[in-house]
Amino acid sequence: MDTGTLLYLISLATMICLYAILTLGLNLQWGFAGLFNAGIAGFFAVGAYTTSILTTPESPDHLGGFSLPIPLGILAGVLLSAVLGYAVARICLRLKSDYLAIATIGIAEILRLVLKNESWMTNGSRGIAEIPRPFEGMAQPWGELCFLLVTAAVVVLLYATIERAWHSPWGRTLRAIRENDEAAEAAGKDVIAYRAQVFTLGSAVMGLAGGLMAHYLKFIGPDATEPILTTFLAWVMLIAGGSGNNRGAVLGAALIWLIWSGTELLTQRLPPDWQTRSSYIRVFLIGLLLQIVLQRFSQGLLPERPPQPKRSESPSKPV
Amino acid sequence: MMDSSALLDFIGLYLIPGLITGCIYALGAIGVSLLFGILRFAHFAHGDVMTLGGYLALTFVWWLGWPVLAAIPLAMIGTALVAVGLDRAFYRPFRRRPTIISVIASFGVMLMIRSAIQLIWGVEPMQYKAGIERPIILFGQLRLQERHIWMIAITALLVLALHLMLSRSRIGRAMRAVSDEPDLARVTGISTERVILVTWLVGGALAAVAGVFLGMDSKIDSYMGWDMLLPIFAAAILGGIGSPMGAAAGGLVLGLIEELSTYNWIGENPLVPPDYKLGLAFAIMVILLIWRPTGLLRGRQF
Repeated sequence: MDTGTLLYLISLATMICLYAILTLGLNLQWGFAGLFNAGIAGFFAVGAYTTSILTTPESPDHLGGFSLPIPLGILAGVLLSAVLGYAVARICLRLKSDYLAIATIGIAEILRLVLKNESWMTNGSRGIAEIPRPFEGMAQPWGELCFLLVTAAVVVLLYATIERAWHSPWGRTLRAIRENDEAAEAAGKDVIAYRAQVFTLGSAVMGLAGGLMAHYLKFIGPDATEPILTTFLAWVMLIAGGSGNNRGAVLGAALIWLIWSGTELLTQRLPPDWQTRSSYIRVFLIGLLLQIVLQRFSQGLLPERPPQPKRSESPSKPV
Repeated sequence: MMDSSALLDFIGLYLIPGLITGCIYALGAIGVSLLFGILRFAHFAHGDVMTLGGYLALTFVWWLGWPVLAAIPLAMIGTALVAVGLDRAFYRPFRRRPTIISVIASFGVMLMIRSAIQLIWGVEPMQYKAGIERPIILFGQLRLQERHIWMIAITALLVLALHLMLSRSRIGRAMRAVSDEPDLARVTGISTERVILVTWLVGGALAAVAGVFLGMDSKIDSYMGWDMLLPIFAAAILGGIGSPMGAAAGGLVLGLIEELSTYNWIGENPLVPPDYKLGLAFAIMVILLIWRPTGLLRGRQF
């Protein structure tokens, strides 16, 4: 295998890992708790921009010059996304779920406005370049491979943690709230507090995906808050993979990203006049795919499987 | 106090544009509010339905060589039919499912409409009519665009017609009944599906007018409706979501607030930088959600 193909495969796998993180974050909010986040792009952008500003060297174009270590930058982005998520949750969770959707779209759009207009901070529509990528100094393809290993490790770690949370009493309570919040409330659960917790956690994970993505692409611009590539793809990935199933979330991320970038490979062979048009066909087809999945395979590829209590064993044993 | 020339400037540069923006918001927000009242879900594709209306009118202007105002009825019919088609294909299968599924579906529909528009009409901004319109000048310096007068008049007429329809006609009253008490309405023999059909027709037709107005006011662009989504939802919430007349009022108020906020009320500079007009709609929405989610006019909370 020549180096070009290898690098392409590594980049494909890295993107899948990054989207898997994003989709796992959405699964926390939607799969666990049934909270509709239509502004994933906003939380993603907060993570991406925070670490970009904190880790880049001094530049006349944007706020910066802090040159902090990359993990610190990403951590700051995660925390800021979490704070934003918590604020949104506090305001909207009392209301019908549609309001949360509207408010999250609003957050994402306002952030896009700020990122575009506050050039002193973000370099406006030209974006922030020269974001450091870890392992840059290593020879190809080893640097890329190391980055892939780190993101894959993050996916595994997140998956294990979220899967554990899913089986924990906390996860069970969230599912109870999702299915019937009045009953859960009557059983003494603080519905709003649980929802705020899971929404904040999900937002933090989305910020993590954004931070890693910024360091991987080495560039971030306001287009990152364009909903098609983040909010929308993440939703299609989760619904297709199977919401409420963490394995489904990762599988959906892999599958949809392969389709998405596979169609890009196909359309690159078209004459230039058709290439620009074909990008719209791709978006249209992904939209249609979402409709088909919603109507025909609403459970997704890997349906949700709530842990079943083991009845055959002794009843006193905790399940 | 302002002298008279400053007052005329204020009217021409802030008040009239505020009314125009308000008309566009009102027409969009009525559809969102009606749909929310009857189908109980937030129709995120509504902004892109507006865009579609604007492009359909453009096509009729090209084909028939008519002025854009004459193309409005055709665009209304076309968009209303598309809206019904969207419902049949993408929303009706979820009637008995949690409404949030319809919201997700509308999310996909939004991107499908937009990418279809970009595929058919391209992404270059376009205009209904090339060249600059000569303004009507009143009192020596108040410049009025003829199209602006038309836009305000047409909106007023449509809102009045809708009001009469909802309060007088049989189907209008059925719509209100379904919005207020869906189960009771079904028991009394109202055909819910017929009510839903009419709701999509009305919502689509009004969205088309809003889209044409957007295009008339500046340029026809594939993102113009999406950019309206936040303000029209804010307007619908402002007027109490589910109440179409409230949404119309909310739209008008929001449009006026947005334009008037860029006036230099205090000191030399605009009170709110024009780039952040959209942020104002959002701020108002957040304040409402915290303080009075039922809207200023005390609608219902869903």
